[in-house]
Amino acid sequence: MTQMTGAKMVVQALKDQGVEVVFGYPGGAVLPIYDEIFQQTEIRHILVRHEQAAVHAAEGYARSTGKPGVVLVTSGPGATNAVTGITDALMDSIPLVVLTGQVPTFMVGNDAFQEADTVGITRPCTKHNWLVKDTDALADTIHQAFHVATSGRPGPVLVDIPKDVQFAEGTYVEPRAAKTGHYQPKVKGDKEMITRLVEAMETAERPIFYTGGGVINSGDAATQLLREFVDATGFPITSTLMGLGSYPASGKGWLGMLGMHGLYEANLAMHDCDLMINIGARFDDRITGRVADFSPHSRKAHIDIDPSSINKTIRVEMPIVGDVAHVLEDALRIWKSRGRKVNKAALAEWWAQIEEWRKVECLRYRNSDKIIKPQYALQRLEALTKDRKDRYICTEVGQHQMWAAQFLGFEAPNRWMTSGGLGTMGYGFPASIGVQIAHPDALVINVAGEGSWLMNMQEMGTAVQYSLPVKQFILNNERLGMVRQWQSLLHGNRYSHSWSEALPDFVKLAEAFGAKGIQCSDPADLDDAIAEMLAHDGPVIFDCLVEKHENCYPMIPSGEPHHKMLLGEDTGEDAIKAGGAVLV
Amino acid sequence: MAAALNIQKGTSKHSAYDLRDPNAEAVERHTLAVIVDNEAGVLARVIGLFSGRGYNIDSLTVAEVDHEGHRSRITIVTTGTPAVIDQIKAQLGRIVPVHEVHDLTVEGPSVERELALFKVVSGGDKRVEALRLADIFRANVVDSTLESFVFEITGTPQKVDAFGELMRPLGLTEMARTGIAALSRGS
Ligand SMILES: Cc1cc2nc3c(=O)[nH]c(=O)nc-3n(C[C@H](O)[C@H](O)[C@H](O)COP(=O)(O)OP(=O)(O)OC[C@H]3O[C@@H](n4cnc5c(N)ncnc54)[C@H](O)[C@@H]3O)c2cc1C
Ligand SMILES: Cc1ncc(C[n+]2csc(CCOP(=O)(O)OP(=O)(O)O)c2C)c(N)n1
Repeated sequence: MTQMTGAKMVVQALKDQGVEVVFGYPGGAVLPIYDEIFQQTEIRHILVRHEQAAVHAAEGYARSTGKPGVVLVTSGPGATNAVTGITDALMDSIPLVVLTGQVPTFMVGNDAFQEADTVGITRPCTKHNWLVKDTDALADTIHQAFHVATSGRPGPVLVDIPKDVQFAEGTYVEPRAAKTGHYQPKVKGDKEMITRLVEAMETAERPIFYTGGGVINSGDAATQLLREFVDATGFPITSTLMGLGSYPASGKGWLGMLGMHGLYEANLAMHDCDLMINIGARFDDRITGRVADFSPHSRKAHIDIDPSSINKTIRVEMPIVGDVAHVLEDALRIWKSRGRKVNKAALAEWWAQIEEWRKVECLRYRNSDKIIKPQYALQRLEALTKDRKDRYICTEVGQHQMWAAQFLGFEAPNRWMTSGGLGTMGYGFPASIGVQIAHPDALVINVAGEGSWLMNMQEMGTAVQYSLPVKQFILNNERLGMVRQWQSLLHGNRYSHSWSEALPDFVKLAEAFGAKGIQCSDPADLDDAIAEMLAHDGPVIFDCLVEKHENCYPMIPSGEPHHKMLLGEDTGEDAIKAGGAVLV
Repeated sequence: MAAALNIQKGTSKHSAYDLRDPNAEAVERHTLAVIVDNEAGVLARVIGLFSGRGYNIDSLTVAEVDHEGHRSRITIVTTGTPAVIDQIKAQLGRIVPVHEVHDLTVEGPSVERELALFKVVSGGDKRVEALRLADIFRANVVDSTLESFVFEITGTPQKVDAFGELMRPLGLTEMARTGIAALSRGS
């Protein structure tokens, strides 16, 4: 039984949880914890420039390592600044432990200086949160927090620690002695239902794997099993934005991303399939389009660890609650033991149909030798970096994000960090910082739009202070491109407030922070400029001036069925019908 | 809101995994018993779930039921299509301090009781009639003055409703209801 102060306990608990890095920003209500951090060397603290960025950096760290990210911020404004990041992590199932300082217990409720009802504010945007009122409960609570953040469907949790609890002495408990309680989500799937799925796979004529972020959440074993299953069955596979990399882009079953800006062949295969095997994806509205017309002829199976994801929007015949790796292991074993059967003849026809759809070449665009097309910029970035095994890509939110998903190929999981569910502009730059902290020698690129990037540009300070060679690849169209695209398709080209009139000189901006800036506007110079960016051992802002009015296709207009896609050629002003206009 | 078609317990043909069109479904009324850790904020989590996701709460009661184990029982009466009811149960199950979610409406026979207090202010015949009806409903008089009674009645929500309707013309001025407590029948 070790006695220590609450502040010391926090640091001890983090060490015992194997934490190496904390992203944070100090303030009055966490000073005792910062004092403890100062007096040790095991845990590294990264000082960001805004609490939202601390959370996104922790998300980048978590997604690229599979470990939980840890954030430390002060009470009041520190906590409220963190809310966007916490919500982002909740939507994308990212495990985070957020520690916030709070005013002393005897002042809680008095509108004290820098008091905010942090557990109240973050209740709907955390997986769980705690206000610790007693130092004796502190270590136990922090251990529970790690358990909850990383078990079942991962997500952010928050522990609010009043300042007097940090100063007081209490008894420390170790992780194994902590009450991780009843929270033990089920990981093994129902054998009977898995067998039913295998039976359906044996006879299916037009099967498809539809995979998502849950495969990445489940870990490396899930990825290995998925790859084996896809290749052994010869079924086609598509993935959501969140699942990219779990099956390699160079794999023979790969159809590309599906959904609103997904590939034509992937969406048509989803529409026409007779067996849909959803593995760790959540039938998001970017995927289904108009729900009533979603994949009308298929039997559907859904493997998900969260029972609330199943039958939420799409009814499925074969619900399997469990962890992807556990369920796939059983499914693969059962399928093998029954003789590895698939309907070969029908599959060959199915693939022939898919090849027909591929001939549409849905990602085709009109290139130019005068102006850099954003798609071209990404094709060149891909060509010049795809051999780097240690390449990690982050994105901001907008057209550039969708083009990155379409034009970059991911061979491994945990290499693609993007804000999918919340769609948070300003995510990518701090996320790239978190990734680089976790992988100091890796190539970390943030594909950005200038609008999003400005939302957390203050993090240049962090990148320079810690010598993080993050590459900020900004596709600068001087427009809030995704908004402008919707305005052109939906609001008669009335570009209401979708451009900035006072963008900074990004090269000078880089230099002002002591970093390197590169600008490129001529397609002929692009390769050399990218090479220069890659060769520089330090943070770089790459200002890539691109076509200002390029639209991102293919696109399922909102409110339409998922096989009614707009291709590049169909651009028309009223492409989105009135009924779809209310949808986002 | 469209008028809700109130289908009572046991009259729905739906089972949990039926394939069905959520738009073509009638609204059902379900009584849920939720066993939770009796810790700060747990009720806020449950209520926040209902308001945040747009679910209905017709009645809600909560009290500690196991002092040593720190457990409380929250009884919620809600309405929704079968798909919505399934979602509500799954969403409740995700809340970390929630231990068990029971749908008493589908888990077999159950008993539901509610306690209510009614203040009736009247004189003459009305006063006599109120007292007579109270006797029929087995309501107790827990306070009386020369002009008023406070009746205490326990029973199913339907019985409490019926008593309230009868008291209205007889001088009902105030009422307080506890909301429903429910348990499954048998062992
Ligand atoms: C501008 C913009 C455009 C977009 N366009 C598209 C698009 O065209 N296509 C697209 O796909 N997305 C698009 N998105 C992203 C989209 O909004 C959703 O975030 C995404 O589709 C959800 O991915 P997912 O279904 O894989 O679910 P996730 O959000 O990754 O959820 C994971 C699911 O897996 C489950 N799970 C977690 N862990 C496990 C485990 N261990 N075992 C089993 N199950 C587990 C979870 O319970 C959850 O149901 C877009 C986003 C933006 C911002
Ligand atoms: C914080 C936040 N505010 C607003 C939006 C709405 N929004 C979505 S995309 C977009 C434009 C993004 O512009 P930019 O970063 O320049 O990227 P582009 O689309 O031009 O590639 C906006 C404003 C958002 N997703 N996030």
